[in-house]
Amino acid sequence: MAVKAAGRAASRSRSASPRPEPPGEPAPAPELIQLLTPEGERSEHPDYPLDLSADEIKSLYRDLVLVRRIDYEAIALQRQGELGIWASLLGQEAAQIGSGRALGPRDMAFPTYREHGVAWCRGLDPAKLLELYRGVSHGGWDPKAHNFHLYAIVIGGHVLHATGYAMGIQRDGALGEDGEAAIAYFGDGATSQGDVNEAFIWASVANAPVVFFCQNNQWAISEPPDRQTRIPLYLRARGFGFPGLRVDGNDVFACLAVTRKALQAAREGQGPTLIEAYTYRMGAHTTTDDPTRYRLSAELESWKLKDPIERVKQYLIRSGMAKEEFFAGVSAESDEVGARIRKACLEMPDPDPLSMFDNIYAEPNALLDDERAQLAAYLSSFADDDSAQAGQGGAR
Amino acid sequence: MTAPQQPTLTLSKALNEGLRKALENDPKVLIMGEDVGKLGGVFRVTDGLQKDFGEDRVIDTPLAESGIVGTAIGLALRGYRPVCEIQFDGFVYPAFDQIVSQLAKMSYRSLGKLHLPVVVRIPFGGGIGAVEHHSESPEVLFVHTAGLRVVACGGAADAYAMIQQAINSDDPVIFFEPKRRYWDKASVDLAGGLAAALPLHKARVLAAGTDLTVLCYGPMVRTCLETAAAAGEDGRSVEVIDLRSLSPLDFATIFASVRKTGRCVVVHEAPVTAGLGAEIAARVTQECFYHLEAPVLRVGGWSVPYPPSRIEEHYLPDLDRVLDAVDRSFGY
Repeated sequence: MAVKAAGRAASRSRSASPRPEPPGEPAPAPELIQLLTPEGERSEHPDYPLDLSADEIKSLYRDLVLVRRIDYEAIALQRQGELGIWASLLGQEAAQIGSGRALGPRDMAFPTYREHGVAWCRGLDPAKLLELYRGVSHGGWDPKAHNFHLYAIVIGGHVLHATGYAMGIQRDGALGEDGEAAIAYFGDGATSQGDVNEAFIWASVANAPVVFFCQNNQWAISEPPDRQTRIPLYLRARGFGFPGLRVDGNDVFACLAVTRKALQAAREGQGPTLIEAYTYRMGAHTTTDDPTRYRLSAELESWKLKDPIERVKQYLIRSGMAKEEFFAGVSAESDEVGARIRKACLEMPDPDPLSMFDNIYAEPNALLDDERAQLAAYLSSFADDDSAQAGQGGAR
Repeated sequence: MTAPQQPTLTLSKALNEGLRKALENDPKVLIMGEDVGKLGGVFRVTDGLQKDFGEDRVIDTPLAESGIVGTAIGLALRGYRPVCEIQFDGFVYPAFDQIVSQLAKMSYRSLGKLHLPVVVRIPFGGGIGAVEHHSESPEVLFVHTAGLRVVACGGAADAYAMIQQAINSDDPVIFFEPKRRYWDKASVDLAGGLAAALPLHKARVLAAGTDLTVLCYGPMVRTCLETAAAAGEDGRSVEVIDLRSLSPLDFATIFASVRKTGRCVVVHEAPVTAGLGAEIAARVTQECFYHLEAPVLRVGGWSVPYPPSRIEEHYLPDLDRVLDAVDRSFGY
């Protein structure tokens, strides 16, 4: 291990393009908006007052625990061969639940493939997420029923869709105190994509009601943020002409408060905001990834001390809002949810092969009708002997 | 004063009238692109539309093609029917991901719960003495992509209805316009209405003939009609079909013609290699094999990047090259 680490350091120092500090005045140390410390102590921020009842806090805690349990179950299902792949949200629960619970029912969310916590907040059955990762569908839930768009696999492309959708909100006259907004989720890696930068420009020029919610989880597969940027990501917003801020992405209270405020500003016609939720991807990029090849376990250990769930639990205990039976109840419920989605996954039927020809177009297409018939005839050519059921053997 | 119901219009003006009609008929129709507002587009196809329909419906966009198509998708998800203008064929590639991975696949990915009625207009083809990236024929890239409909208008007479039909489609449509024919004029039926128009995905027999079928689209339509006239002087009866729809192709019309004539030449500006002619030749060979008197021949651009304009006449199919293919077909 020591040899490997030394080799890595050496290759770093041989870099052909050393990166000096950005020119000009050194940027002030980034302010991290935080309302709940890693130790579970409540703090106040003048711009983000937050008044939550005990029930609301317990509800947030329940969300955090359940989505972590869903994630855990999905990883297990992948390891057992029931899912092709899974992208874990481990460590990002607070960023997703905080922002997800800030959304109003008419706001529209545009997720990446890791937004299982936001999906949960939008009332989407987690089993629908498994369909995608099992290879049963490419998503297939009804985005309009949940105001939760399909997962985006291509990095960054959907951020333009959120922006265009927000331009539609403007044209529908749906702004105002009880207006609508769109939110686009993406990661630190996506900030290098042209589409994300184009979306920033579009939203700024149009003053579109969209919130850009960037979960900086420190790793774009194997690349740290210094491969994407030389300044804190939230500062980029200034160059595009709208506000940007950095929030403790492991603090569900702060994520809720800043997203609420940004969404309301968008709804009221004040345009976009970039929120950089500073968090950590505690697991692998996906189940196919091996993070031991590119990061040290000490880093993971340091972030474990900032766990998004543990701090809420400590706060609930210290403030006397919740007793052991509450935590035991949430734990039992999480096991029930885990068992339920496991059952749903195992019982999921494969789609009919002929369904691959469906829904490609809204309107009829003779070429696809012809090819569907070809495959049907080919498949039926295997069915005419021993396995043919009565009434199905007549095709030939 | 009443405007004539069948005026003689340029292709550019016919498209402009079609877009105007669509904007009038449906408040959800939007036009978006670079310089489509005050300037009216570099080919004036959107001339005067922003003045009459406002900046919220005829949108001068930032100079970013991926953003044009990407935000159009978002607007379509919100219930709008955006018509995007890509200024020149060679500028569509920054939007390629948005078209191929996003626009084309949304219906499929959502199991039919979402449809994207987006039109992407692309002036295409050469022959205008332009600098590089302004004369390309990328249509087959989109024909190869499931989920898109791809059409090309050949002239003013068809364009007025075709652009409206494309906008009315609930599927994404890539709409190619032959830029060197923008100023060609024809009589346009402004009063006929869409119900009387030929369906968008039907080919049109422009010149009936009995000896050989020429299949073409876009800028090659005029070239092939002139070829048919020249061949007629040699006593050969050439049928010219404007394919109009490149995806899906109207094979019923194609096969019926080739079974009648027994000879087929496909003409396009795009390179012959893996061009639309290859697909048509394979299908015609399979479906019309016993009717063929000669192999299906193809006339198209060479397999080179589009050349500098001083030699583009040697790249582009013209009357003589199409006529040469006709002669070769009769040589079998």
